[in-house]
Amino acid sequence: MSLLTSITVFVLAVFIGFEVISKVPTMLHTPLMSGTNAIHGIVLVGAMLIAGSAESTLEQVLAFIAVVFATVNVVGGFLVTDRMLEMFKRR
Amino acid sequence: MTAPLALSQTAIDFTYLVAAVLLIIGIRRLSSPPTARSGNWIAAAGMAIALVFTLLDDDIDTYWLIAAGVAVGTVIGVVSARLVRMTAMPQMVALFNGVGGGAAALIAASEFHRLAPAAGHVTGDGMGAILFSALIGSISFSGSLVAFGKLQELMPGRPILFAAQQLLNAVLFGALLVFGALAGATEDGIWIVLLVAGALLFGVLLVLPIGGADMPVVISLLNAFTGLAAASTGFVLDNTALIIGGTLVGASGTLLTILMGRAMNRSLGNVLFGAFGAAPAEGAAAASTDGKSYREITADDAAVMLAYASRVVIVPGYGLAVAQAQHAVRELADLLERRGVDVKYAIHPVAGRMPGHMNVLLAEANVPYPQLFDMEDINPEFPRTDVALVIGANDVTNPAARSVPESPIYGMPILNVDEAANVVVLKRSMNPGFAGIDNELYYDPRTTMLFGDAKASVEKLVAGVKAA
Repeated sequence: MSLLTSITVFVLAVFIGFEVISKVPTMLHTPLMSGTNAIHGIVLVGAMLIAGSAESTLEQVLAFIAVVFATVNVVGGFLVTDRMLEMFKRR
Repeated sequence: MTAPLALSQTAIDFTYLVAAVLLIIGIRRLSSPPTARSGNWIAAAGMAIALVFTLLDDDIDTYWLIAAGVAVGTVIGVVSARLVRMTAMPQMVALFNGVGGGAAALIAASEFHRLAPAAGHVTGDGMGAILFSALIGSISFSGSLVAFGKLQELMPGRPILFAAQQLLNAVLFGALLVFGALAGATEDGIWIVLLVAGALLFGVLLVLPIGGADMPVVISLLNAFTGLAAASTGFVLDNTALIIGGTLVGASGTLLTILMGRAMNRSLGNVLFGAFGAAPAEGAAAASTDGKSYREITADDAAVMLAYASRVVIVPGYGLAVAQAQHAVRELADLLERRGVDVKYAIHPVAGRMPGHMNVLLAEANVPYPQLFDMEDINPEFPRTDVALVIGANDVTNPAARSVPESPIYGMPILNVDEAANVVVLKRSMNPGFAGIDNELYYDPRTTMLFGDAKASVEKLVAGVKAA
């Protein structure tokens, strides 16, 4: 993928990020913060890629910690967001 | 050796597109209460698709390291997400944010190590992205840990200031740029080690002088930082899922940071360098306590006042959450409603410690959300209100924000509780609040104070209303 293509994707994602978020009411800001927090756990994709191809011991150690960290981010993030949103259900 | 089921890169990229669409739909559905919960799971499904198909990538040779890391991380994530109390949510978000930033920095360091041994191996933009991930990821990691420490009260929550702080920050930031440039030019590992170490220190120094009501703004900013760091690893690894996922958070976190700042009438520069709530707050705070008196009220008297009112507005603050008084408050509100009292809740945008935090806490206590009113909607109601019941809220009710230009909170929109006919303040003691500023409201002739633990006081009010 060319650098220009990557930058195109990046710029379009910036606009989508602003557009989608600007419609969230204040009362949902905490769950939203928590939910987007879980989404940057996508960094686990990168952690898995380097863990799967790590060669030296140093790289393996770095990659292992990265996978642990990113997994905590993803799993904890989505679960905690769900716990909050569970309380907003209609009654 | 290649992965047993290796898919072509095009096929994987296609699944990333599907994942990105699900992430965007998920965030959009988070925008209204009825769809928010499913939105979270749609985003999680998008994430799962991206993760599963990444495992089929040609570059992955071994799985044991991934399996071990995911197992350990899942246990930590599930346990902490299940055990955390709703009141501790801001620091939990800070912690999850920090580890995400840490992961991005580690990925950058590992890629640097893999690519750098032979000078000239790394392309200019690849190196730029590696250094950016390492820098921003490290700042986000250590900054989030300090934010966690402050909110968890492992360290003083107030701004920590020392001489020449901003000069030190500026010098350190300059040094980081030099380390980055040298790392890029020489591809020598020592420079990236120095870059990461310096960035960790910078993250600590960035958050140390911040305290009080500014903490959520900083967590939101660090959330955006981690998003950008993740997006930057996407440039390092040439991976669209990372670029899109990270950038969505970078953009949303930036917008949310701006919105929060706006709610408090503070610019980002002011938040980062203004030392909100630095002790002692000058002028306004010092002058007010001397020679002024406040009135105390007994729980029984307050209960009678509430029981015979026709309009009551409850103003909940973080003190309510700390005392776990939200269930008792709902019971009180139900009792009053049965007596025909009109009960509303006034929610300041930054009530609690994050925007929307109070809504979550009250939702936990089954308070129906049509009873919750935003600041703009409730402020016109205060002049017609018989009793404003302030429970553990302080800075968001402080009239100094309207009238005392020297006050650190001057200009912050507040709930105009002082316009109500009577104000009853439930408070532990006369100590100043989270921001460390004294509150004029308590010396207003229409205000009475009911001291004690918020939960115990509310329970006494419940008993009193039943008897009235």
